[in-house]
Amino acid sequence: MAAELRVLRQRIRSVQSTKKITRAMELIATSRIAKAQARVAASKPYADEITNVLSALVGKSTLDHPLLVEREQPRRAGVLVVTSDKGMCGGYNANVIRAAEELQALLREQGKEPVLYVIGRKGLGYYKFRQRALAGSWTGFSEIPHYVNASEAGDVLVQAFLAGTDDQGGHPGPDDVLGVDELHVVYTEFRSMLTQTPVAKRIAPLEIEYTEERPATLPPSYEFEPDAETLLTALLPKYIKTRLFAALLESAASESAARQRAMKAATDNANELIRTLTREANQARQAQITQEISEIVGGADALAAAGSEE
Amino acid sequence: MAEMSVQLVAVERRLWSGKASMVVAQTTEGEIGILPGHEPVLGQLVEGGVVRITETSGDVVTAAVHGGFLSVTGAGVSVLAEAAELAHEIDVERAREELTRGDEEARARAIARLRAAGHPVA
Repeated sequence: MAAELRVLRQRIRSVQSTKKITRAMELIATSRIAKAQARVAASKPYADEITNVLSALVGKSTLDHPLLVEREQPRRAGVLVVTSDKGMCGGYNANVIRAAEELQALLREQGKEPVLYVIGRKGLGYYKFRQRALAGSWTGFSEIPHYVNASEAGDVLVQAFLAGTDDQGGHPGPDDVLGVDELHVVYTEFRSMLTQTPVAKRIAPLEIEYTEERPATLPPSYEFEPDAETLLTALLPKYIKTRLFAALLESAASESAARQRAMKAATDNANELIRTLTREANQARQAQITQEISEIVGGADALAAAGSEE
Repeated sequence: MAEMSVQLVAVERRLWSGKASMVVAQTTEGEIGILPGHEPVLGQLVEGGVVRITETSGDVVTAAVHGGFLSVTGAGVSVLAEAAELAHEIDVERAREELTRGDEEARARAIARLRAAGHPVA
């Protein structure tokens, strides 16, 4: 009896300390969401401006830059999966990985071989465990991504894309790079605090996203320095990186939101568990007291009976 | 005095925006000075360049700009950069350190940062 009570109290203590941890993580995640959203907002002016500039530029030059043209027979498609570095965020990673698997199945149906690139330790672990070949991976920045991180990944992807599949039978072609004909990114879109949905987007060949409706005024007739072609070549990779960076920022916000929700659920569960355990402990304590009393009463009775017999 | 709206935007944040009377930058073709009413121009800035914005009050905002673009439209001037730092944010000590070691790209950036901060390198 006494042993049961002790065990229960021990469990309550252990649940309480777990609760402290989950509660702290919940609070941290909550503050991270706000920060991540602020960063999404801070990156907006650049994204809008580069989109404007690029739309003006594309209108001016002939549209035959490799990053804009659909390949005739795409054979391989690069898929970049954005996952988190840490777990404890509910279904966040599982969802994005499932979306990536769906995309890969779709690509295979279309006769394109998917080539995997992964951001985040969780995704890396998932594919490594299943012994799937990865063309590239980057880790260590999923919660607070910086532009350099997007740039690093972007450089590799753009290079692979520009190289194209000019190889023969799975060996690198003359340019020594195992290229791809399409680039897709799978990340988690931050809809609201409660909804984050994994989405797959194609980033190359590019379709420029117009930020708003067609502007009422004509686009300015730019003077180009250097010429439009050179500018386009310099700007397009930057645009792709900007899109990647936006995806990373959204994913970071989604990750924190998912973690906040998961940790809130964990804290609630811990509270519930503590309540149940406390009830059980009280019952055990009461049972112990009752038993002790009945033992004393029983003993006194026995003594009294023994005394009256003499 | 004529003025134009200018914004200096880096990928991660907007560094500066406001009214200005002149913007000076270096494109890959050469130095360019923009006064209000300039014709629309789209230019690629040199790696590790310095942009100087003269505010209408006469103050000068200087920034080191890496991987930047300059877009002049009827609405104003925007300087886009992959990374940019305003002069007063630049850590001169660190820039000097990077100048001594680090690859060519890092050195170019360090030189730009030192120039923007008003510590030109001989």
